[in-house]
Amino acid sequence: MRKFLITCALVLFAALAANPAGADALDDILAGFASSKYDEIEKTIAALAASGDVSAPAILDALNAGSLQVAGDNKLYIKGDDGSLKEARSGAGAPGENPPGLKPVKVNNRVRRAIEAAMGQLTLLSPDPAKRRTAAASLFHAPDPAQLPVVEAAIAKESDPDVKHAFEAARAAIILATPDAADADKIAAIDLIAARGDEDAKSLLDGAAASGSPAVAAAAHGALEGLERTLAMWSAAQNVYYGLSLGSVLLLAAIGLAITFGVMGVINMAHGEMVMLGAYTTYVVQQAVMAAAPGLVDFALLIAVPAAFVVSGAAGIAIERSIIRFLYGRPLETLLATFGLSLVLQQAMRSIFGPTNLQVDNPSWMSGSMALGGLAITYNRFWIILFSIAIFALLTLVLRKTALGLQMRAVTQNRRMAASMGIRTGWVDSLTFGLGSGVAGIAGVALSQIDNVSPNLGQSYIIDSFMVVVFGGVGNLWGTLVGALSLGVANKLLEPVAGAVLGKIVVLVLLVLFIQRRPRGLFPVKGRAVES
Amino acid sequence: MKMGKTKLALAASLAVSFGAGAASAEDTIKVGILHSLSGTMAISETTLKDVMLMLIDEQNKKGGLLGKKLEAVVVDPASNWPLFAEKAKQLLEVDKVAATFGCWTSVSRKSVLPVFEHDNGILFYPVQYEGEESSRNVFYTGAAPNQQAIPAVDYLMNEEGVKRWVLEGTDYVYPRTTNKILEAYLKMKGVPAEDIMVNYTPFGFSDWQTEVGNIKKFGSAGKKTAVVSTVNGDANVPFYKELGNQGVKATDIPVVAFSVGEEELAGLDTKPLVGHLAAWNYFMSIDTPENKAFIAQWHKFIKNDKRTTNDPMEAHYIGFNMWVKAVEKAGTTDPDAVIDAMIGVTVPNLTGGYSAMMPNHHITKPVLIGEIQADGQLDTVWQTSGLVPGDEWSDYLDGSKDLISDWRKPLSCGNFNTKTGKCGGETVATQ
Repeated sequence: MRKFLITCALVLFAALAANPAGADALDDILAGFASSKYDEIEKTIAALAASGDVSAPAILDALNAGSLQVAGDNKLYIKGDDGSLKEARSGAGAPGENPPGLKPVKVNNRVRRAIEAAMGQLTLLSPDPAKRRTAAASLFHAPDPAQLPVVEAAIAKESDPDVKHAFEAARAAIILATPDAADADKIAAIDLIAARGDEDAKSLLDGAAASGSPAVAAAAHGALEGLERTLAMWSAAQNVYYGLSLGSVLLLAAIGLAITFGVMGVINMAHGEMVMLGAYTTYVVQQAVMAAAPGLVDFALLIAVPAAFVVSGAAGIAIERSIIRFLYGRPLETLLATFGLSLVLQQAMRSIFGPTNLQVDNPSWMSGSMALGGLAITYNRFWIILFSIAIFALLTLVLRKTALGLQMRAVTQNRRMAASMGIRTGWVDSLTFGLGSGVAGIAGVALSQIDNVSPNLGQSYIIDSFMVVVFGGVGNLWGTLVGALSLGVANKLLEPVAGAVLGKIVVLVLLVLFIQRRPRGLFPVKGRAVES
Repeated sequence: MKMGKTKLALAASLAVSFGAGAASAEDTIKVGILHSLSGTMAISETTLKDVMLMLIDEQNKKGGLLGKKLEAVVVDPASNWPLFAEKAKQLLEVDKVAATFGCWTSVSRKSVLPVFEHDNGILFYPVQYEGEESSRNVFYTGAAPNQQAIPAVDYLMNEEGVKRWVLEGTDYVYPRTTNKILEAYLKMKGVPAEDIMVNYTPFGFSDWQTEVGNIKKFGSAGKKTAVVSTVNGDANVPFYKELGNQGVKATDIPVVAFSVGEEELAGLDTKPLVGHLAAWNYFMSIDTPENKAFIAQWHKFIKNDKRTTNDPMEAHYIGFNMWVKAVEKAGTTDPDAVIDAMIGVTVPNLTGGYSAMMPNHHITKPVLIGEIQADGQLDTVWQTSGLVPGDEWSDYLDGSKDLISDWRKPLSCGNFNTKTGKCGGETVATQ
């Protein structure tokens, strides 16, 4: 009873402090959130936005985040990240115990859209320029003729040129959406929107071209022609970028194989599993970092790179010492043994980590995308392109400039001569295989960002990897680079035309024809070593 | 004296074995579990093997069935479709199981179908599928297209006002048939052909940049657009990652998926995906006492309270309980008697209602539409007011709309043509 009285007093006090005059009216509006019907909640949002109450943005933010709760008495609370409750209107702390009947306000996509539109209205005059720009963008996407005077007032007041530009675009979109706007205004709006040169502009102009007076339609058609040309150009550029991105993934997957298969000549069917080990290492490292130092979780990937190299490299050395070294010169047996090994490794991972996918989070610097002109560049793919090039450069350096690289090349070119020069060939074999496997592990770190982390991860890349190495020319790292990138680009240029399934078939057929003509690939290794 | 004791024991044991009589040869009832524990499908099917072991264990704790203990016979068809048929033959002919619970992909079901029909076995199939099939020896406890795909499209049309449709699928029988049904349905609803885009990708596809780019482009034509995804298995994670990274928001272009459940979402960071949809007949988030008990039991059995539950698990729960009830009703595990006893059996489902086995060997289910939440769960935003009976022969496809299935006597036919009044044959041919 006492608790109840205190609660009542608190509530009363909070209500008085917040908005003494209109308290009841707003409470009536907010009571609508208790409904389990989405249209009721949608109406409530519109009414709340129209009331312009100071607490409205915070309430809508909470609703969007799913943390707005309604109690049995229709009172609203906001649940903090730590689970504490705050009164939605006043921001005052709630009573210690949870009020009876507390449940989250229901949200679906329709409600989320209503929130977005309402926030657009409410934050149009926010002091924060980023918020104003978001508001302008949401008005641009959902142009409402009733908002025209407000937007014009906002344009007049705006000092930030970028935000002003966004507002002008929103104004143009609203004018196009107003049926009785003057033709001259509409044509001006069309010019302004066409200058954006993106898909959104096209969709607005499509609408303008279909309706409106002949003069407006003609202007829209004219603008569309130019716009479509620009868009087609960007879309071609986008396809090339997609191709480079796919190529970089192929390069990463294949580059380890370029060493074990290309340089050493071992048909290693367990190569994909080395990639998988790298991905699982990433998972383990991320979990460990999350447990030990949650603040560093964005950098867990950077720790995972050396860890994956060590884990996969060590596994590679162990495999070479225990299996492969007994099978040199017997490619069929190697193929079968490593294929069996790949199944063993897959099932081992399944037994240890379970058969389901593991969640490896994208760090914040690898999430989302940026617009570069008309290109949409996703950060994770972008970093992977850079990463694969860096790995390639590093590996080339190791092979060309270090003593180990020199010994590797010596052993693979002429084993007996190298041995008689005092090189421990068995030891070099192990290290070479370890290096190739370790690089595959590093590829696993990158692939964990775009693919499933599951026991089957490696399987899906093994065929592609062999394809790249054979196409590029066995024993040639540069061939692997060119092979991966050209296969990626060819695939992605074919995909919009032929579809993903047919596109892949066409690429395979072309590859077979190419290998028929040039069995040694793009960049065949020349010299006596090849003949023997 | 010593001698006498041994004799006595011998006599006693003889008496016991004679008393048990015929039962001694089979003092357990064998239940076959035919799910891949290795290979591509292990990711989904291993869980179903575990849930079956849990259900059998639970039934044994309750005293078994017909006074006998149940014994699980687990085989591993290793995601290899011909091997499914071999393992099914082994279960039926060597182990002589009373019923089999298994299969996930439609191709594995098609592969074992002739075996079950030849050896007169019983198969419980727990996964949503494309329909266009009804066998006397199979009980379909997953959703038929009218229990998942059609209501999902209705929801998008009515609630989200969708006018333009992308049908995105993996290239095999389930997505192709489902999309064929959906295309016919959409056209019937007056959607023009240029507002439907159909696209297929291979199994395990991982580079979705072009596809997601195309979806964005298709969606910017000024009409509300949605994606209906029948993308299967491993390809989903990269698909959703690309959607999140390219900024396809659920409020702009919602994606409704038929093969993405709690288990698939467990491998994903779902924060960028909030609001995308899934259509199922069960969600882990359903707030009923039955479901809470089931989840608690599952966590205890699997010894990991982070493991999720999903729709096919509920289908096995329903199917197993139906089989138990039918065996009790028939008083025997003889396949013919059980198959007849199955029809009309009603058991509680986990969403707070009852599911009944219908004469077409499909069951009644509620249809739920859920939105993906930040914590990887699916939150129900809409559900059918009552139960929807599974319709095996789609009403929207030519050649299938006149067919019905009724396994009660005297009709006993899986593809009876109501126009010609003839049964198409014992084994159903599908395209």
